[in-house]
Amino acid sequence: MISTKIIVPGQAEGVVLKLQAPLSFWGGVNPKTGVIIQVDHPDCGTSITNTILALPGLIGSSSSSAVLLELLYKEIAPKAILMAEVDAILALGDLVAKEMGYPTISILQTPIDPLVTGQTVVIDNQGHLKF
Amino acid sequence: MVHLTDTDTALLTNTKGPALALAMRIVVETAKILGAPKLIPVASAHIDGCLYHGDSGVYFAEHLVELGGAVCVPTTLNVGALDLIHPDLVKFDDHSQAMAKRQMQAYLALKCQASWTCAPYQIGHRPVLGQDIAWGESNAVVFANSVLGARTNRYGDLLDICLALVGRAPYAGLHVPENRHATLIIDITQISSALKSSESFYPVLGSWLGKNVGSNVAAIIGLDDTIPEDRIKALGAGAASTGAVGLLHIVGQTPEAPTLEAICSDIPSTSVLSPTMAEFKGVRDQLSKSSGNQLDCIALGSPHFSHFESVALLDALKGRKSQIPFYVCTNRFVLSKLEKDGRLASLTAAGIEIVVDTCIAVAPILQGNGGVMMTNSAKFAYYGPGNTGYKSVFGSLVDCAESAIAGQIIRDDRLWQT
Repeated sequence: MISTKIIVPGQAEGVVLKLQAPLSFWGGVNPKTGVIIQVDHPDCGTSITNTILALPGLIGSSSSSAVLLELLYKEIAPKAILMAEVDAILALGDLVAKEMGYPTISILQTPIDPLVTGQTVVIDNQGHLKF
Repeated sequence: MVHLTDTDTALLTNTKGPALALAMRIVVETAKILGAPKLIPVASAHIDGCLYHGDSGVYFAEHLVELGGAVCVPTTLNVGALDLIHPDLVKFDDHSQAMAKRQMQAYLALKCQASWTCAPYQIGHRPVLGQDIAWGESNAVVFANSVLGARTNRYGDLLDICLALVGRAPYAGLHVPENRHATLIIDITQISSALKSSESFYPVLGSWLGKNVGSNVAAIIGLDDTIPEDRIKALGAGAASTGAVGLLHIVGQTPEAPTLEAICSDIPSTSVLSPTMAEFKGVRDQLSKSSGNQLDCIALGSPHFSHFESVALLDALKGRKSQIPFYVCTNRFVLSKLEKDGRLASLTAAGIEIVVDTCIAVAPILQGNGGVMMTNSAKFAYYGPGNTGYKSVFGSLVDCAESAIAGQIIRDDRLWQT
C-alpha cells in the first residue's frame, strides 16, 4: 500500500496508464475522444479514458482544466490522476465538475516511479493505493 | 489552513450572491491545494476560459451569468473560438459555432472586456511592477511576470473567472516574492552575436527553456543587447508551450533582474546551464515535423501579431504576393490600426488573410485535411500538428515570406550552422 497526498478525494479501481513524458491536456488530449493527440508524445494515440493516469508532469497550456472538465462532462475522463507534483490546473476541472453536478475523480500527489502501466490499482477515500 | 478575512467569509456565505459564493468556494479549495495561508487582492484579470473546448465550458459560464455574476476588477478576455469580425473564416459545424458564440457572449455578460487576444499586454493591459494580478493564458502569464514584473501564477481556465469575480487569489507560488528568485542560471554568452540578434533565435531559446528548466525560475545571462518586446513575447510563448515556465529573468533587461545579484540569492550554489549551438539547432529541428519542400500554408501570430510585426512582414514581402494561403492572427485593435494607416490594404494585396479574435491553432480555419504549415512561432509549431492536422515547419519571418512567394519551403540555415 502507498499513502499519497490528496489533491481531490475520491475512490477508484482501474488499470494504470503511466505516461512516458509530461503532457499538456490542452492540445495534447482530444476532448471529444480522450485520446492523446500530441504527435511527438511517446504515448500519442493512446486513450486516457477510464485509466488510472500516472502523469510525470503537466506542461503547457493553462486550458488543461477545461479539457478535463469536458472529459468529465462526457464521462470519458480517467478514473483517477496520480501526479508527482501538486498542480491546481487539473484539479480545477474536477472542482468545477463538482459544482456543475458532473462526475468527479480522485487526483492524488505521489511519486509515480513505482507504478507500472497495466497494473491494477484500488484507490480509497483516504488516498491509499492498493495493488 | 487558509486564513479567511471577514470579507472572504462573507463572500463564501452568499452575502454577495450565489455566483460569488460559488467562485469563492473554488478559490478557497484551490488555496487549500496550493497550501496558501491566505487570499490576497488582485488588481486585474485576464481570462483564458472564453475559448470553446466543448459544451461544459459554455454551461459553466452561463451558470455564473444565471447566478448574477460580474467581475469586480478590470478583466480582459483571451481568444475565443470565433472571428466575430470575419465570421466566415471559422468552419465549425452548426452546433459548435452556436456554442462557441454562446461562450464568448457569456463572458461579456460577466462584464469582461471584448479584447479577444492572447497578447493583452500589447493592447494596453499592462499591470505594473510588484502588482498582484490573476492571469490565464500561459504566454501572457510569462510576459506579465517577467517583462512587467507583475505577479501571477499560471491560472487555468475556470479558476481565472472565479478569481476575477471575487478579486482575490491564493497567496502562493509566484505571488510570494521569495519564489520569484532565480534558481537556475542560463548562460548563453558563447552563442554567436549574429544568432542572438536574429528574430528566430528567441522562439527556439524559449522552447529550449521549456524543455530544460523544469519548475525552476531561470535567469538568462549573456544576451548582448536589449531585446525588443516582440522577441521576448516569442521567447515566453515558446517556454510556456514546451514546459510550464511562468517566470524568467533576463539579467540587465527585465525589471526584477537589473543584476544577477538582485535576483539570485545564492549565486555560488546555483546551477548554471550553458546550452550549445548544437542543442539550440536540435530544438529548432524539433519544431519542424516535415522534411522536403512541400508547403501548403503560412500561419503567423501566436501570440497575436503586433502592429510592429505586421510592418516587418510587409518589409519582408517587398510588395510581392503569396502563392499559398497565408494567415496572420492578431487582435481587433491591431486590425483597426492597420486599417487606418493603409497597411491592411497592402497585406490583403499580398494575399494575406487577417484572423482576429481567435487563431488558427484553436479554431478550424485552415483549409482541407492537413498538409504542411510554415510558421515563425514556436507555439504554432508545437501545437499546430495536434490541433490542425498540419505538419509544421519552423522558420524566420523572412523565411516565411520567401517561402510564401516561392510556394515551397525556403530556409536560410546559415545562422544555425554549428
